[in-house]
Amino acid sequence: MTKHAHYRVAVDIGGTFTDSVIEDGRGRILATTKTPTTPQNPTLGALEGVDHVLAQAGVEWDQIGGFIHGTTLATNALIERRGARVCGITTAGFRDILEIGYERRYSQYDMNIQKPDLLVPRSRCFTIGGRMDAQGREVEPLERAAVARLVDDIAESRAEAAAICLLHAYANPAHEQELRALLQAALPGLVISISSDVSPEAREFDRLCTTIANAYIQPLMSRYLYDFVEEFEGRGLTCPILMMCASGGMTTIGTAARLPIRLVESGPAGGAILAARIARSVGEEQVISFDMGGTTAKLCLIDHYQPQTGRKFEIARAARFIKGSGMPVRIPVLEMIEIGAGGGSIAHVDGLGRIGVGPQSMGSDPGPAAFSRGGEEPTVTDADILHGLIDPGAFAEGRITIDKEAAARAMLAGVGSKLGLSAEQAAAGVSEIVDESMASAGRMHAVESGKDLSARCMIAFGGNGPLHVTRMARRAGVSRILIPRDPGVGSAIGFLSAPVSYEIVRSRYATLEGIDIAALNDFYAQMIDEAQEVVRAGAPKGDLSIKKQAFMRYHGQGHEIEIPLPEDPLEPGDIATIRADFEREYGRQFSRAVPGMRIEILNWALSISSSDLKVLPVLPVKDQARMTPTETRKIMCEVTGEACEAGLFMREALNPGDIIPGPALLREPQTTTYVSRDFTARIDAGGNIVMQRNP
Amino acid sequence: MREIPKTRLQVMWNRLLAVVEEQGQALIRAAFSPIVRECGDISAGVFDLRGRMLAQAVTGTPGHINTMAEAVKTLRARFDIAAMKPGDIYLTNDPWIASGHLNDFLLMMPVFLRGEVIGFTSCTSHLVDLGGLGMGPDGADIYDEGLLIPPCKLLDQGVVSPLLLDIVKANSREPIANEGDIYALIACCEIGAHRLVEMMDEFGLDRLDPLADYIIDTSRRGTVAAIKALPKGTYQSSLKVDGYEAEITLCASLTIADDHIALDFAGTSPCSQKGINVPLNYATAYSVFALRCLIGPDIPNNAGSLEPFRVTGPKGSILNAQAPAPVAMRHTLGQLTPDLVYGCLHQALPDQVPAEGASCMYDLPLRNTPEAAMRGDGVFALELVYNGGTGARPTLDGLSATAFPSGVWGSQVETTEAVAPVLITKRELRVDSGGAGQYRGGLGQRIEITPANAQDFLVFLSVERVKNPARGRGGGGTGAPGRIRIGRAGEDLPGKGTLRVPAGETLIFETPGGGGFGDPFLRDAKAVRRDIREGLISEKAAYDIYGAKP
Repeated sequence: MTKHAHYRVAVDIGGTFTDSVIEDGRGRILATTKTPTTPQNPTLGALEGVDHVLAQAGVEWDQIGGFIHGTTLATNALIERRGARVCGITTAGFRDILEIGYERRYSQYDMNIQKPDLLVPRSRCFTIGGRMDAQGREVEPLERAAVARLVDDIAESRAEAAAICLLHAYANPAHEQELRALLQAALPGLVISISSDVSPEAREFDRLCTTIANAYIQPLMSRYLYDFVEEFEGRGLTCPILMMCASGGMTTIGTAARLPIRLVESGPAGGAILAARIARSVGEEQVISFDMGGTTAKLCLIDHYQPQTGRKFEIARAARFIKGSGMPVRIPVLEMIEIGAGGGSIAHVDGLGRIGVGPQSMGSDPGPAAFSRGGEEPTVTDADILHGLIDPGAFAEGRITIDKEAAARAMLAGVGSKLGLSAEQAAAGVSEIVDESMASAGRMHAVESGKDLSARCMIAFGGNGPLHVTRMARRAGVSRILIPRDPGVGSAIGFLSAPVSYEIVRSRYATLEGIDIAALNDFYAQMIDEAQEVVRAGAPKGDLSIKKQAFMRYHGQGHEIEIPLPEDPLEPGDIATIRADFEREYGRQFSRAVPGMRIEILNWALSISSSDLKVLPVLPVKDQARMTPTETRKIMCEVTGEACEAGLFMREALNPGDIIPGPALLREPQTTTYVSRDFTARIDAGGNIVMQRNP
Repeated sequence: MREIPKTRLQVMWNRLLAVVEEQGQALIRAAFSPIVRECGDISAGVFDLRGRMLAQAVTGTPGHINTMAEAVKTLRARFDIAAMKPGDIYLTNDPWIASGHLNDFLLMMPVFLRGEVIGFTSCTSHLVDLGGLGMGPDGADIYDEGLLIPPCKLLDQGVVSPLLLDIVKANSREPIANEGDIYALIACCEIGAHRLVEMMDEFGLDRLDPLADYIIDTSRRGTVAAIKALPKGTYQSSLKVDGYEAEITLCASLTIADDHIALDFAGTSPCSQKGINVPLNYATAYSVFALRCLIGPDIPNNAGSLEPFRVTGPKGSILNAQAPAPVAMRHTLGQLTPDLVYGCLHQALPDQVPAEGASCMYDLPLRNTPEAAMRGDGVFALELVYNGGTGARPTLDGLSATAFPSGVWGSQVETTEAVAPVLITKRELRVDSGGAGQYRGGLGQRIEITPANAQDFLVFLSVERVKNPARGRGGGGTGAPGRIRIGRAGEDLPGKGTLRVPAGETLIFETPGGGGFGDPFLRDAKAVRRDIREGLISEKAAYDIYGAKP
C-alpha cells in the first residue's frame, strides 16, 4: 500500500457541475475536470469525473491513498424540501418554540411577509414532562408515564424521524438520552436526533431548528453516503472516503451519516480552504477570499492562514439573502458572506429609475441573453460581453456560443431604454452597481467581524471572480490581488488541503471571576474524549492539534468575542491572562476596554484536527520580463470610461516572472482574468497571477 | 465641476446607504443596553450641510424614523457652524428634540473635508438608566424621570468633556454601561464621518450638494408619485385605548392631497398624569412608518421621502405632550398609532390595509425586591420582551406572536433562565386568540413565570389592549385581549403599574391576538380544517364562528 498511497482525489458535487481533481504525493495537481452533475443519482456523475481524472493522470483505483468528497446534496434536500417527515419533541409547556421563534419580522417595511417554513408543522410538535434548569440540575424527572402516549402520537403522525430538544439539554443531556432510548425501543424504525448531540448550545429555538434539520436529511444522507461508498469500493477504491464539512474540516462517513447537517455548504468551505493554503504559500497573513460564480458571490476573511470560523448559518432563506428569512442552524462553519451577485444575476430598473442587479439569477440555464438559450433578461455576463471582456469564441471551454447582439438587445430593452442610455452605457451602469454591491457586502462583513479590508490581499476564484476582481477590489479599497491556478475548480482543490477535524461548541455560563476551574477542566476533558474519538476514526495516526476558545462579553452585552484559551487544562493563574486577552481584543474592536465591568463566558469551543499539511512556500522569481501582447481586444475601460485596446494573453503560455500591465485579459479554458488599467499583473513562481494596483 | 452621470450618482447613493449601515452595526455591536442589541433600538444617518438627511440605517426601530431627521436640523440651527472644529461632537437627550424619552441619546458630528464643514453624521441609541424613577410609567413629570441634558458639546476637538461624562454616570444606576454606550455612540459618529470623507475622496467630490439634490429629488419624486396614485380625500378614525388612570381616545384625520399627506391628531384626549404621554416627534415616527409601509416602501428614508408626510396635533394632547409631562413609556401608545392611522387609510385603500394588531409590545421588566438587595441577596434586573399577534392582512392571516410595528425580538427561555433567578414554565400560543375572519388574526401567547428561589420579584408593567382588544376589519372579529394574573385563580390585573410576584406563585402573562379580516364564514374550509388540526382554533370556534360542518 505504501507505494500507492500518495495519490489523492477530491470530488465536489455542485448544483450544475461536478468537479474532480487528482494530486500526487507532493501536492501537484495532475488533472482536473468538470462533468455535469447527475441529479437523479449524483454518484454517477462523480464516478464519471473520477474515471476521467484517473485516466488523464494514468493512475489506477487502488493507487488512490486519500479520497475527499463534498456535496450540495444536504443543502439541496433542505432547500427543495426533499427530506423525511419529522416530528419535534420539546419540554411540556413549550410546544411552540418553532412557531414563536424570535417573534421577529425579517423585513421591516414588507406588510406581506410569511414566516419561513421550518419543516415541522404544529400538529407534529409533541411535548413531554420533565425539566432541567440552566445549571443542568433536574427540577422535575422525565415523565416516563407519558412515553407510551408519546409513542402512539408519533406512530399516528407517521413521522419517519424525530428531533428531540428539551430545555437546557446542553447543560444536562440525561433526559434526552433516556427519552431517545425509550422511543427507540418502542419504534425501532424511527430515526432520532437529539439536540445535545447535534448542537449543545443555549437558545432553544436555534437548537431545535438545527436538530430538526439534521433529522430531516439524516435518512436521505445516510442512504446516499453508504451507496456512494459501495459504488466506489466496487470500482476498486481501497482507501476510506472522508467527507468535507462546513467547518472546513473532514470527517468520516460514520460521523457524516450521524450528523449530516454538518455537510451543508461544504463547497464554499473548500474555496476558503484553498485560499488559506495559497495565503500560507505566499506568506499573506491578511486575506479576503472572493468566490464569484453564476448566482452568488461569497467572501471569507482569512487571518494568519485560518479562515474565520462561525457558529451559525441560515438555510433556505425565503427572501433570498435577507437575514432571518430562513432556518437557523448552529453548526461549526467557516464564516462567509454570500450575496446574490453572479454572472447570471439579472439587471433591472426600479420605479425611481435606479439600476438594481440580482438577487434573481438566470443561472446557467437558460443563462444570460447572450447564450441565446431563451434568456431575454440582461445579466452581469451580458454587460461583460458588451465591454469586450469575454471573448465570444472562447467562453466556458468553447462549449457555449456567445451572441453579442442578443446581449446588446437585452441590455437596451431591460435597462438602457428606461434611462436613455445606450447598451454600452447601460452595461457600464450594471457593472458599477454589481461591483459596488459586492464591495459593500465585503466592507460590511469586515465591520461586523471587527476587521478592516483595505490592507488585505484578495484571493479570487470561481467562474467570475477573476473577471470582476479588479473592479470589486478598487471599490473595497483593496490594492493587492491573487488568482490561483485552476480557479474554476477552486473548491475541489481546497478539499485536498483540509484536515480531519471535529468541533464542539457547548454552552456553560460562567463569570470570569467565578469560574470553577476543576469543573471546567472536567467539562473540557469530556469534550476532548468525544472529539478525539471522531477524529481518530479518520486520522488514526499522526499528531493532533487541539484548539480551545471561550466566547466572552461584558455582562449586559449581546455580542461575544472569541478568545483563545491555553491548550492545557486551565490553572488559576490563567484567569488574569484571559482577562488581559479579552480586554486587548475588545479594545482593538471597539477603541477601548470598559474598566470595572464584569466579564462573562457563555460558550466554550473545542476543535481537534489532524496537523496541517505542509505547504511549500512560493519563492521569489529572479528574472522578470515585461510582456508585450501579440494580440489585443477592444474593451470598454471602466477607469477612463472610454474604449481602449487590451492585451490578450493565454494563461498557460505565461511563465513565472512575466509582467503584464493593464489593461489586459489573461484567458484560460474556464475563466478570464481582467487586469484593469490601474493594475499590473505578474506571474509568481507558483503560477499564481498577482495583481498590484499602480501607485 | 462637470456633471456627474446618473449611474455614478446612484453608486454614490448606494455607498452612503452602506456607510450608514456600517455606522449602525458598529453601534449595535458595542452597545451595552439590551434593548439596543436585541432590537436594534438605534439610528444612524448622514446629513448634508443644510441638515437634510441623505441616508439612514435600515437597522433600527421605527421610533427613530424622522425624529433624527428633525433633531439634526434643530442642533445645527442651535450652534454656529463657523465655530465648529474637526473632532467636535454635540449631544442631547431632550425628549422633545431627540427621540421622545430621556433614555435616547442623540449625537451629531460635523464632517470636515479640507478644513470645511461639508455635512454631518448623527446617531441615537437607548441608554440603560438615567436615574429618576427609572423605566416605568409612574413619574409625575419629566423631572421624576431622570437627567435631561440640553444640547451641548460632548467632544471638543476629539476630547470628551469629563464633567459631562461624570454627570451622566453620577445620575445613573448603571454608570459603567452608560459610559460604554456613550463611547459606542462616539465611535459610530466617527466611523460615519471617516467613511464619508473616504467616499468623497474616492469619487472626487468636494461638496455633497449634487449628490444630496439627486437623492432628495429622486426620493421625493418617487414618494409623490406613490401618493398621487392614492384616492384623494380626508379620512377620519379614532381608537379607544386602556390608558393608565382612565381610558383614552386617540383621533386622527388623514388628508391625501395631490403631492403630500397630512395627518392631524385633533380630538385626541389630553395628557395622562403618568409617563405614557407621547411627544409629537415620536408619534410622528410611528405614524409615518405605518404609512410608508404601504406608500412607497422601497424608497429609502431621507429628507426627500419623508417631506411629503406632514403630521400635526393639538399641543397638550397625549400625542403631542409638552414639557414637563412625563414621557418615559411613550412607546406604549406610540406603537398604537399605526392602528390609528390605518383606521383612516383603510378607507382609501380597503384592499391593502391590515386589521388592528396587538401592536404595543408586551415587555416584562423584572427586578429583585428592595429588601432582597438590603439583605445582600442576589440583585437582578431583566427586561423580557414578548409580543402578541399581528392583524390579519387583506389576503393573508396575521402572524402569531410577532412584533409589529416595533422590531423587538422576543427573549429566549434558556438565556433568560441563565442570567436571572426565574423559571419559565410555559410559553405557548393561545388557542382561539386570533380574531376570526376570512383571514385570521395572529395568535397571542401565554407565558408563565415564577421565582426560581425563595425570593419574590417585582414587575413594572406598561402594556395595552387589556380592556380594548384589537378590532377586525371588513367583518373580521376582534383578537383576544391581553390578560395578566398571579396564579390561575388570581384576579385579572390592569396593564400598568407595579406588581409583586411572591415566591411559590406564578405570573401568568397572556399577550393579545390580532384582529381578523373579512367575514369568518368566507374563510376557506381547508384553512379552517388546518387550523383545527394544528390546534390554532378549537372545534367549537370552528362550528360557532366559522360555520364549519362537523
